[in-house]
Amino acid sequence: MNPKPAPLALADLRRSLAEAALRTAPAAVGRVSFGAPALDEPLGGGIARAALHEVYAPGTADLAAATGFAVGLTIRAAQMRQVLWVRQDVLDAETGRLHPPGLAELGLDPARILLVRARDAQDVLRAGAEAARCSALGAVLIEPWGEPRLFDLTASRRLALAAEASGVTTVLLRASARQDASAARTRWLVRALPSRALEANAPGDPAFSLRLLRDRGGLGEREWRVEWDRDRQSFHERSAFQERPAFQANPAFHERAGNQGRAQDAAPLSRPLVSFPADGPAAEGARGPGFRRAG
Amino acid sequence: MVVETVRNALRLVDCDQNAVRLGLTRGLTLADARARIPDLVVVEAEPQADQRLIERLAAFCDRFTPLVALDPPHGLLLDITGCAHLFGGEAALRAMIAERLRAGGLNQRSAIAGTPEAAHALSRFGAGGIVPPGEDEAMIRPLPVAALEIGAETVIALSRAGLKSVGDLAERPSMALSARFGEDLAIRLRRTLGREDVRITPLRPAPACMVERHFAEPLLDMQGLEAVVTRLIAEAARLLEQRGEGGRAFEISLFRTDGAVRRLGIETGRPSRDADAILRLYRERIDTLADPLDPGFGFDAVRLAIPVCEPLNTHQPSLDGRAVEDEAVAELLDRLVTRFGRDRVLRFAARDTHDPRREARAVPVAAPASAIAWPAPEPDEPPTRPLQLFEPPQPIETLAEVPDGPPLRFRWRRVLHEIARAEGPERIAPEWWRDGPAEPARDYYRVEDAQGRRFWLFRAGLYERENEMPRWFLHGLFA
Repeated sequence: MNPKPAPLALADLRRSLAEAALRTAPAAVGRVSFGAPALDEPLGGGIARAALHEVYAPGTADLAAATGFAVGLTIRAAQMRQVLWVRQDVLDAETGRLHPPGLAELGLDPARILLVRARDAQDVLRAGAEAARCSALGAVLIEPWGEPRLFDLTASRRLALAAEASGVTTVLLRASARQDASAARTRWLVRALPSRALEANAPGDPAFSLRLLRDRGGLGEREWRVEWDRDRQSFHERSAFQERPAFQANPAFHERAGNQGRAQDAAPLSRPLVSFPADGPAAEGARGPGFRRAG
Repeated sequence: MVVETVRNALRLVDCDQNAVRLGLTRGLTLADARARIPDLVVVEAEPQADQRLIERLAAFCDRFTPLVALDPPHGLLLDITGCAHLFGGEAALRAMIAERLRAGGLNQRSAIAGTPEAAHALSRFGAGGIVPPGEDEAMIRPLPVAALEIGAETVIALSRAGLKSVGDLAERPSMALSARFGEDLAIRLRRTLGREDVRITPLRPAPACMVERHFAEPLLDMQGLEAVVTRLIAEAARLLEQRGEGGRAFEISLFRTDGAVRRLGIETGRPSRDADAILRLYRERIDTLADPLDPGFGFDAVRLAIPVCEPLNTHQPSLDGRAVEDEAVAELLDRLVTRFGRDRVLRFAARDTHDPRREARAVPVAAPASAIAWPAPEPDEPPTRPLQLFEPPQPIETLAEVPDGPPLRFRWRRVLHEIARAEGPERIAPEWWRDGPAEPARDYYRVEDAQGRRFWLFRAGLYERENEMPRWFLHGLFA
């Protein structure tokens, strides 16, 4: 008699392992790590835990991707504690309302989410500031709509101070072209990134193109391309060798995507934007194969 | 003079004392009344306005006793058991109410008796006044049978039988009366005569616990008010501690001298008797008022009522600090609920259904937890359900459709998306027991456009089976 382990038990085991890894991850003190060395090392172990961070989407179209990235950060920051999400009502019509099964599929247990629906930007700010002061929360996600004038330097400083005092990671999620002055520790611009296709050209794991616009720690502007791994509850960097063009798997798509699709795939690798001479050996080494392959 | 259309004619429904002196009575048509007295001052009846006034009066009387009930038409019943001595006895209380109502320009009649029905009969059909305990029957007996409020037909039938006063009825055997006129008459008779006592059903249920302060002079200053509220809360906390309970809801009633009553409600997610926390919630509540507190000519009285109490035992905090954290989160939620309202601070509850539209709903945080667990995600699979869901689904314009597959491109919100990757279909049948048989099945596709944005599309209905040209919708967005 050799009873097969039930698939459910296996899933449970995986989850508990991932949770255990989260709890005991050798993260630098006071940092929230991404789980991807490519990000964590330049950032000194991740982003500061007791701080305000801003996640921008360049427009409404990329807000879902930015939300996914913010959820990933939240999961890593909250460490199984409760997460408070402040959301302005208008968003329900503009980008859809939060779908708990979808959150569960990203690894954030819906039972851990407390949702505050705010009528207007002022309520968003109030609820966010109130929540950021509560040190028992794992993380706070603040999601206003549009570009309200209320979210100025003073408001962000208030949030940042609250987060620093309580030690709660506070993420401000915005779809906005304009980027105001703010007291946030880091600011990220997140775009959707074509995923690595699975069999039969199915969309794969959530992938994001990240751009660190500002870092008070002193790191300059940089870009990364990352994927979110729900089972390990961590990000990992996507190297150029993992890129698989969309049209390889399916000739029909190849025809349509054409040259445009190639240009899309030829996006640059993760690398520092400045400080490398274009003709230097380091730059060449980093760029060469990626470009050839994608082109 | 108040008139209202009754049985196709304008009739007088209420007359003031001058009119009564001139011989006008209720039920007279306005034409007849005008013929007798040409310069009548007539007002159209407004039952709703009367009702509102009576309700405001009920709120005003709330300061004397928490048990106030409406006694239509145009009457109020106050249960003053155990309250009268606070206002200097029954006579003083009755005089005080009469004085306050007269100052407001209202005529009133009142009676204090052993049962609500007796008081009703005495104030409306008798001289009013205060009935000494045990003498209800003697006072009621001379009243007309109409005082029993048993309907006009019964009154006529009784008077034809020669039974004019309540006393006449009281002497008859109740068996015979109820055999002829119904059990109702016998019950009314017993209650009016004080042989049976039934509590009134108050407009607002009596709180489990309450403390109040009455002021000799109206209180005008808001800081003074806060000091009073602070003391009331501390007092209530002590009371709750003695009972081993905590309050789930608190209500502060501010009684203004001009009769207006302002009520401020606070709710907590778990039983609480922490005076500081309650005071913080109260301050939060004051801050969020749409129209600020207006003391007017001052507040007469302040009451803190605790309508809902639950057992609360002090317990030792556990060593891992979890309980402390939970406590802190619960306090935060209470503050948020107080500030934004119960329907704005939510958590998610799963529902046992396969229909993505109904799979989840947001419920107030204080709602009891549901037993249904969230489905665990499949390992090593990308998310199959979107992060954000449109309700209702957004119609899209599809181009280059292929049967039984996703479209090659689609237009949503005026932007054209080229589909680069797709997976599907996942067919989700409608719940016919809820939606009815006409609802088409939906074929869902996970698609990704050339820029990497991931969408959840569906086709309503199957090609050529359910409808000719199925429509396409965008239902959600993936991260």
